[in-house]
Amino acid sequence: MNSGILQFITVFVLAAFVGYEVISKVPSILHTPLMSGTNAVHGIILLGAILTCGVSHGPLQITLGIIVVILATLNVVGGFVVTDRMLEMFKARPNVQREKSDTQTKEAS
Amino acid sequence: MSLGTGREVAYLVAAICFILAMKGLSSPKRARAGNLLGAAGMIVAIAITFTTPGIHNLWAIALGMVVGVAIGVPAARLVKMTAMPQMVAAFNGVGGAAAALVSIMHFSFSPVSLSTLATYQVFEVIFGVVVGSISFTGSIIAFSKLQEIMPGRPITYPAQQPVNAVVALGIVGCILAVLVDPSKLVMLVVLILALLFGVAFTLPVGGADAPVLISLLNSFTGLAVAATGFTLHSNVLIVAGTLVGASGMLLTRMMSQAMGRSIPNILFSAFGSVVTSSGATEKEGRSVKSGTADDIGVLLAYSNKVAIVPGYGLAVAQAQHVARELAETLQKRGIDVFYAIHPVAGRMPGHMNVLLAEANVPYDELKEMDSANSEMSTVDVALVVGANDVVNPAAKNSPGSPIYGMPIIEVSQAKAVIFLKRSMRPGFAGIDNDLLYDEKTTMLFGDAKDSLSKLVSAVAAA
Repeated sequence: MNSGILQFITVFVLAAFVGYEVISKVPSILHTPLMSGTNAVHGIILLGAILTCGVSHGPLQITLGIIVVILATLNVVGGFVVTDRMLEMFKARPNVQREKSDTQTKEAS
Repeated sequence: MSLGTGREVAYLVAAICFILAMKGLSSPKRARAGNLLGAAGMIVAIAITFTTPGIHNLWAIALGMVVGVAIGVPAARLVKMTAMPQMVAAFNGVGGAAAALVSIMHFSFSPVSLSTLATYQVFEVIFGVVVGSISFTGSIIAFSKLQEIMPGRPITYPAQQPVNAVVALGIVGCILAVLVDPSKLVMLVVLILALLFGVAFTLPVGGADAPVLISLLNSFTGLAVAATGFTLHSNVLIVAGTLVGASGMLLTRMMSQAMGRSIPNILFSAFGSVVTSSGATEKEGRSVKSGTADDIGVLLAYSNKVAIVPGYGLAVAQAQHVARELAETLQKRGIDVFYAIHPVAGRMPGHMNVLLAEANVPYDELKEMDSANSEMSTVDVALVVGANDVVNPAAKNSPGSPIYGMPIIEVSQAKAVIFLKRSMRPGFAGIDNDLLYDEKTTMLFGDAKDSLSKLVSAVAAA
């Protein structure tokens, strides 16, 4: 085992902790957009698809390469577009500040 | 700075974008900007990849991307909000398939002889293949259940768990065999077993639990992508894949907690396959009180505080806009209205929030279960629209019930309860609800949308 793989394992372990921490404070109302958003992020496999397709030789490999690029592109664009569609609907009322304090006083009373 | 270093810096920027994107999703205000930042990071990472030395077949890559965009964008733009969960399952499945294929191609077409690969390198490849394949076929099953191509109920057959265990052991055995002697034949066997296992372990999961399943499979795809990152020596693939893998595991746990069940229970218990019909028959003699829209309209119009508890029935009837109209009509009369949202109302955690947001309901009127429950005793009328299981007191009172232990919206604390339902048919989990027979409950039968619009005019007339 060389130092290269150790460096990748270090990145892996640190990223696992970051992933866990960054998500632990998400309110449940955003769980669906979050699932969809993280779904888009693993579309980064498109990068691997490009590298794989880019070094392919011969009709079989290139055909498979094109398929893998299609699949990964679907993951990326589908993921981000669906998430954006969900989130663009999370609009506050224009006067949300006032309304919020309104409901708070109501709750207090 | 050489081009190689520049590329690594660009990947680092992309990785930071992904982390900030997830961070942004923790607040409704910053969520959209966060998602756009994630997309920006993705564009940077993809664009810079084309500068990698030795990349050929640019036409093939461009063709693949154009086809992907041509299919993906319309599919994502046109899907109905109610069909969102299965869309996420589909996009997750193609991601898993892509990760598995990248690993397979690396293994099969690598110019270096397989025997020269170190054991850990073979493990990276086989992990990507196995986990990506499970995610792919598992997502197809989850999609089919939610799209109702397949029946939503758990599909069971004799000795299901032992068979699944044997398949899982077969996969582990083949992985070990490949690690000792990297053979393409064993690799093919492991691929087939993994594809099979993805189907086998998702079949007994009920449609109501499919969201938890999708979240778990989302996490799997992340891990498979991280594995390809090890294979391709790419930090950004490892970071992005691991972020999704770790957060997906946590999200899966949060979702199953919201249902009051453990992840193994959801995956292995074939929940809901045994409908508790014995309980339903013994209650047949009991009567339910049903009211007219006008009666209920008056009740609503002269209350001080109304809680609307939406469920999937509201979504299928496309009634979220009418629900908002009713809330606004009540608010104009000075009545305090809020929406009590169960974490698993709809088909996914947070799904109901998305549907209501689509109808322009301001998110500060949406209350999560805990704060809704603490206010429920001050509520005059709880209006349950197309929900059933999430308000079923059996979850609190009857230890024998399959949903026992699931936290619920405690509408029975309110002074009066109105159920808008199509019929007395039990909810998605197939469990009878005692609350329907309670004396403070009034039923208004009919399509949720029709009933709500009748209520709007009844309130206006009152």
